[in-house]
Amino acid sequence: MPVTDVRQDLDNLTLTITADFAAPVARIWQVYADPRQLEKVWGPPTYPATVVDHDLTPGGRVTYYMTGPEGDKHAGYWLVSTVDEPKGFAFADGFADLDFNPRPELPVSENVFTFAEHDGGTRATYVSRYASAEALQQVLDMGIVEGARLSIDQIDDLVAS
Amino acid sequence: MTEESADRADALFHALADRTRRDILRRVLAGEHSVSALAASYDMSFAAVQKHVAVLEKAGLLTKRRSGREQLASGDVAAVRSAAAMLTELEQVWRGRIARIDALIASDLDPED
Repeated sequence: MPVTDVRQDLDNLTLTITADFAAPVARIWQVYADPRQLEKVWGPPTYPATVVDHDLTPGGRVTYYMTGPEGDKHAGYWLVSTVDEPKGFAFADGFADLDFNPRPELPVSENVFTFAEHDGGTRATYVSRYASAEALQQVLDMGIVEGARLSIDQIDDLVAS
Repeated sequence: MTEESADRADALFHALADRTRRDILRRVLAGEHSVSALAASYDMSFAAVQKHVAVLEKAGLLTKRRSGREQLASGDVAAVRSAAAMLTELEQVWRGRIARIDALIASDLDPED
């Protein structure tokens, strides 16, 4: 399993996950730079993602929606702040309506992804930060991706891998 | 992260890392269940189910009370919703994404895929 470290900062509502991938940095960058690859990894199998706009440049936007088992659609957007190809990028991830207008009343997370060469592969560091416990709670309650129950189910696959 | 919160996260993760325990948690979050009623729902011994309940209790996800000869278990919604639990839940989302990236890059090497 590629995850090598997980840190929860309870005071700053920040999750930092480190993963080692058996592929060069350029390959990992490609996962994010190619919308067709990004949508394969962003949403869980039960809520597959469809990436619509994809502008991975400073100030650019990436928009996506995820489709649930009932055909329900949940849209989100990234607002890209910094890009250092292929070493990483930073962006805000928020909710949007189905026309991809941001919904400012809903929480936004600040994310920094970093990719560095490590032992012939790539060490990826994912930092995701929420403004408050309420914000995080709201995101989870909305079933940001699959909702509590389904996300818990994913542990099965992980434990099995 | 403090030692104490790290221990709590470990206990939470351990508690949730088992399909039966997650299923038990789902049931007791929906309403109080007797341990014997829970045990009847699974193809395993009463003692085994009781052990799962104890792990969830230790992680603070479930509370038990006694009523006559019955032990009644209910889910602690507040604990499930604690910051640590929320970050652990979020962690699963990220782990899912990482596992999918891993699968995607592994498929590069597999011409059959």
